[in-house]
Amino acid sequence: MIVDILFSDFFGRALAGGVLIGITAPLIGIFLVLRRLSMIGDTLAHVTIAGVALGFLINLYPLAAGLVFAVLASFAIEKLRKAYKSYAELSIAIIMSGGVALASLFFTLGMGYNTDVMSYLFGSIYTLDSTDLMVVGGVTVVVIVVISLFFKEFFLLSFEEDAASVSGLPVRMLNMLLTVLTALVISTAIKIVGALLVSALLTIPVAISLLIARSFKSSVIFAVVISEIAVVIGLVIAGIWNLAPGATIVLLLIAMLILTMVGKRKFSS
Amino acid sequence: MLSLAQEDCHEHIIELENISFSYRDQQVISDLNFAAKERDFVGVIGSNGAGKTTLLRMIVGLLPVENGDIRLFGQSIRKFKDWERIGYVPQKNTFNPLFPATVREVVLSGLYNNKNLFRRVSKSQQRQCDDALEVMRIQEIANKRIGELSGGQQQRAFLARALINHPDLLILDEPTVGIDAETQAGFFELITHMHAHHHMTFLMVSHDMDMIEGYLGKTPKQKNGKIQFYVRHSHEIQNCEEQNLQHSLT
Repeated sequence: MIVDILFSDFFGRALAGGVLIGITAPLIGIFLVLRRLSMIGDTLAHVTIAGVALGFLINLYPLAAGLVFAVLASFAIEKLRKAYKSYAELSIAIIMSGGVALASLFFTLGMGYNTDVMSYLFGSIYTLDSTDLMVVGGVTVVVIVVISLFFKEFFLLSFEEDAASVSGLPVRMLNMLLTVLTALVISTAIKIVGALLVSALLTIPVAISLLIARSFKSSVIFAVVISEIAVVIGLVIAGIWNLAPGATIVLLLIAMLILTMVGKRKFSS
Repeated sequence: MLSLAQEDCHEHIIELENISFSYRDQQVISDLNFAAKERDFVGVIGSNGAGKTTLLRMIVGLLPVENGDIRLFGQSIRKFKDWERIGYVPQKNTFNPLFPATVREVVLSGLYNNKNLFRRVSKSQQRQCDDALEVMRIQEIANKRIGELSGGQQQRAFLARALINHPDLLILDEPTVGIDAETQAGFFELITHMHAHHHMTFLMVSHDMDMIEGYLGKTPKQKNGKIQFYVRHSHEIQNCEEQNLQHSLT
């Protein structure tokens, strides 16, 4: 019975989607965490839900509608961040509440599809179809290519934005690129772990890697490896005991974080 | 005659022309003029709120020049693209001390500029990094996390990053803030040595009068809290001036 589940088509698709998101989420997450923008994940996830709700309302592919909403919201966050330079978190609060307001408005306009939207709120990795998988795959390729091309520039941007400006780097373009990539990753990740848990996948692997890594390069590698371990083991555990996959992955990550913190304390004492 | 001969001998590195800057209707800098030549050591002093940091941010392109003009290497800053000719050492507190970056990664980042976009770090750039680490005598700590280092070691790492490109102009923003007296003296010695032996112009912003006085050999006076410039030419420049003088007399 368990073997049947683990070798089923839907589990295979879930595993493939999970592995892909397991790469992209920490790859983007490390830049967000180091730039103190961890909450941006939650904000874009809430806005994506508004897009998904609109997608259901007007009969459009929900993930595409969510993706467009997330990208537009990322531009709005950048604009607001410039307007309130000393209160950057204000932009996140404004856009997040706007996203929740729009989502609830679309919910009330289309009462019939609430259960579908719920799958995006809490994630439903087992319902990934081949179109979803192609979108996730496309986003993964884009993220890996862009991060590889601009890895050193994103490093300097995160380490010291002023130094990046003084070096003549196109800081505005790089910031925008990173924000758009964040929107792409979040809008595809919500199908896996759900909008309410997506920022966990972006931040917890990075939080663990920051405890053990010495260099920037090793932090990125550790974060991706930790994320993959949590996604694969989490999915298998969820499949065997019939648990919510998104929640299992996130709780596994939290357990790994606690273990690392305890282990580090014991090791250093 | 003499001044013409000097201009032939030494390029203008920084020229400030009628610079004014206001922040929320408050005039921070008003009608500032100044020029520094090749190999000058310029100390920029002024009390808090005099606009030192504002001026520095304008010189490195972080703030737009609204009134007047700044010329770097003879080019208006509005069109300036050769940022790799400038090394910049920021104030100690501008980076996150928990950032997971090694000294080597930080020093190498001095090579990341608009001309190296898309390119991987080459072997020759790695060698450049080794040289910069060696000059600053921090090769033993190259693989340590930058946040784990003492204030003095961090300053050396940032100096190495600024020097990796062999800049023509080195800008230091309050380099001794938050560093103990002994480390300050070591840092000051290092800067003195670099000025004497490297073909570079220095621009150092500091509120530390003793440091400026110690290096420039004159007592700086602050006029109405406004920005003041104190300049010292290098020994070689003095020789060059003497040559020019002799040349102009013959």
